[in-house]
Amino acid sequence: MAYNLKEVIAEKPSRFTAGHRMCAGCGAPAVARMVLRALKPEDHAVIANATGCMEVSSFIYPYTAWTDSYIHTAFECAGATCSGVEAAYKSLKRQGKLPEDKETKFIAFGGDGGTYDIGLQSLSGAMERGHDMVYVCYDNGAYMNTGIQRSSATPRFADTTTSPAGSVIPGKMQSRKDLSEIMVSHHIPYVAQSIAVNNFKDLYEKAEKAIYTKGPAFLNVLAPCPRGWGYPTDMLMEINKLAVETCYWPLYEVVDGKYKITYKPAKKLPIEEFLKPQKRFKHMFKPGNEWMIEEFQQEVDKRWQDLLDLEAMTNKEN
Amino acid sequence: MSIRERLSGNEAAATAMKQINPDVVAAFPITPSTEIPQYFSTFVSNGSVDTEFVAVESEHSAMSACIGAEAAGARAMTATSANGLSLMWEMIYIASSLRLPIVMSLVNRAVSGPLNIHNDHSDAMGVRDSGWIMLFSENNQEAYDNLIMAHRIAEHKDVLLPLMICQDGFITSHSIENIELIEDEKVKEFVGSYHPAHYLLNDKEPMAIGPMDLQAFLFEHKYQQAEAMRNAKKVILEVAEEFEKMTGRKYGLFEEYRLEDAEIAVVCMNSTAGTTKDVVDELREKGIKAGMLKVRVFRPFPAEEIAKALSHLKAVAILDKSDSLNGVGGVLFEDVVSGMYTNGNNVKALSYVYGIGGRDTTAQDITSVYTDLEEVAKTGNVGNPYRYLGLRKE
Amino acid sequence: MIDKNTPAKDLTIGGNIYEAGNAREFKTGDWRSIRPVYISEKCKQCGLCFPVCPDDAIPVGKDQLRKDFNYDYCKGCGVCAKVCPFGAIEMKTEGED
Repeated sequence: MAYNLKEVIAEKPSRFTAGHRMCAGCGAPAVARMVLRALKPEDHAVIANATGCMEVSSFIYPYTAWTDSYIHTAFECAGATCSGVEAAYKSLKRQGKLPEDKETKFIAFGGDGGTYDIGLQSLSGAMERGHDMVYVCYDNGAYMNTGIQRSSATPRFADTTTSPAGSVIPGKMQSRKDLSEIMVSHHIPYVAQSIAVNNFKDLYEKAEKAIYTKGPAFLNVLAPCPRGWGYPTDMLMEINKLAVETCYWPLYEVVDGKYKITYKPAKKLPIEEFLKPQKRFKHMFKPGNEWMIEEFQQEVDKRWQDLLDLEAMTNKEN
Repeated sequence: MSIRERLSGNEAAATAMKQINPDVVAAFPITPSTEIPQYFSTFVSNGSVDTEFVAVESEHSAMSACIGAEAAGARAMTATSANGLSLMWEMIYIASSLRLPIVMSLVNRAVSGPLNIHNDHSDAMGVRDSGWIMLFSENNQEAYDNLIMAHRIAEHKDVLLPLMICQDGFITSHSIENIELIEDEKVKEFVGSYHPAHYLLNDKEPMAIGPMDLQAFLFEHKYQQAEAMRNAKKVILEVAEEFEKMTGRKYGLFEEYRLEDAEIAVVCMNSTAGTTKDVVDELREKGIKAGMLKVRVFRPFPAEEIAKALSHLKAVAILDKSDSLNGVGGVLFEDVVSGMYTNGNNVKALSYVYGIGGRDTTAQDITSVYTDLEEVAKTGNVGNPYRYLGLRKE
Repeated sequence: MIDKNTPAKDLTIGGNIYEAGNAREFKTGDWRSIRPVYISEKCKQCGLCFPVCPDDAIPVGKDQLRKDFNYDYCKGCGVCAKVCPFGAIEMKTEGED
């Protein structure tokens, strides 16, 4: 059935409630909510959450913002924790200890710190073992929960509290890790990159595929942080749009190894458009630092071209 | 009729697990416990258990997966040693604070570094305050029996704490000894099925587990854990009584060996008790009133009961198979002595650190401890209580 | 109801919560310093505002129409006002008309 936003919102109640304590204007709650709306209303879900912004503000004793079952254990092990829950489900179901007619789905959420960095091994293990689960990374490009420290998802040159733009070192000097590609290399049935734009069609459809594809799936969703990125809270959706239109954050999916770019901007915007509104890149616009923008642009261009090539190579129908 | 077999400690543990038939086992290889998941995965491959075996990529993930599985409503088990337990450390605390009755075999080995694969108790001692029930086993039989009793204790509504069964790496884990196994059906009946009150997979009551627990609540939640640990003592004894009815094998909080009329005694855990019993017998033949106390239940620590059992002695030596590096003495020594003090027991006490990194502890070594004790008993002079056994000091 | 005066014996073990979604009882509206005001006459029910609300503070009825804001939860981030192409949401400082 074709996606209809109003119908989805009206017919499927939110499974991530109000009353959570994430910051005003945070990019993550809308992502979590839309991912969960992709669940069939009759299906139960168990959510595993890595320690991070989302966890510390959605389940503060005695309040939980999750209407499904939810488990948080630690920072680096949402993948393993979720795989344990899924293994229990498999075992109990096989033994007839759970109702036969009831489906439970398994979804892990982690920030980029808990996913690209400290939780990478746990995630990799869970994916390699083939658990029937979806891991959703809400990537805000730094350790925001502890106060904006650089992660391997932090883009090059970004000013963070552990890669401060100083007079000698102008921000983070290393490039951003491409986690989605690492997940593709696990040869799992479904990997996608998405973001909340327009009517959320891209995110909803990818979440639905990820959840209802048998086996492990990985969703990487850019989720801006107004505080960490340094833009006014009301700009969330513009930042998201610029991330896509500049090809900083390409939207694509890889189904059984076949790449499909799900959105190709008619006219790719220069990267300055994305960088300019964000204070973390402010120093790049100082006279004499033009090289930083140039190098940033070159990297975005290269990664976009690589993606186009991969699509051409793996997906002849496209 | 029980079944007579010859099994190593690891085989005994794996056999117990097979009979328990847990829903999920998540484990990672590490010497000397590796054989347990090895044997167990064979049971899985051959369909002799219903278990979902999760071959995780680390011990941290092993415990994380066990936590996930147990919280989901399944019985989850694992096995590890030394550095594996160290890597699990964070999750060990989380397992107990989330009140999940996971059962683990800990095959005791020295924690690095430098690297050493042989037996001592430094791994177990590193998690002594983690809120896990800890039972120690002298031999394969005890490792097996303790595992059969484990779920009944851990899952009891007044307890709900994870539990680890310790045995000595290589010394018992890899030594084949006679063992009496219980029939599968009897074990099944004794262990019973698992029906947690709340679990993640119950779609009729979705639940949340593992909150941010701030200043207004964490203290009370820790108190609840402490209460559960205190409750465990009674439950351990109740389960042991039922176990005795089934097997005729009697277990308490600790074992007293010729202690009743002893004047001097050694307190120890795990396989050293075997050697010590031999030494006690020899000394008794010479007319020396030697005895031994072997701690089975290390957590909860039966301080009052141990203090009482030792109260009539003239001198006691507490043997620790790990050094606390705290400048005072081993963990068991500190626990026993503080229990003695708070219960008004003033018996002279010595601390011996021994067997580190698999150093052999011979009957001769143990005999030398009793010789020291005789001297202390005679003179009343303890000297330096922080001593070493089998160390090349100078 | 559990609160900071609940004694240990009455707290759920491990900090478990068995009333999923009970965060709704926790109101975050008092975080707000600016307030979105819904001008229904200008609203075309285009559907751009309600999915972007981080706080689920824009109710949508079974009739698929958005309703007025739920100020119990709205933190005043202004994302909704910014995405509205029709000027149907105005941000006003709290306390002012």
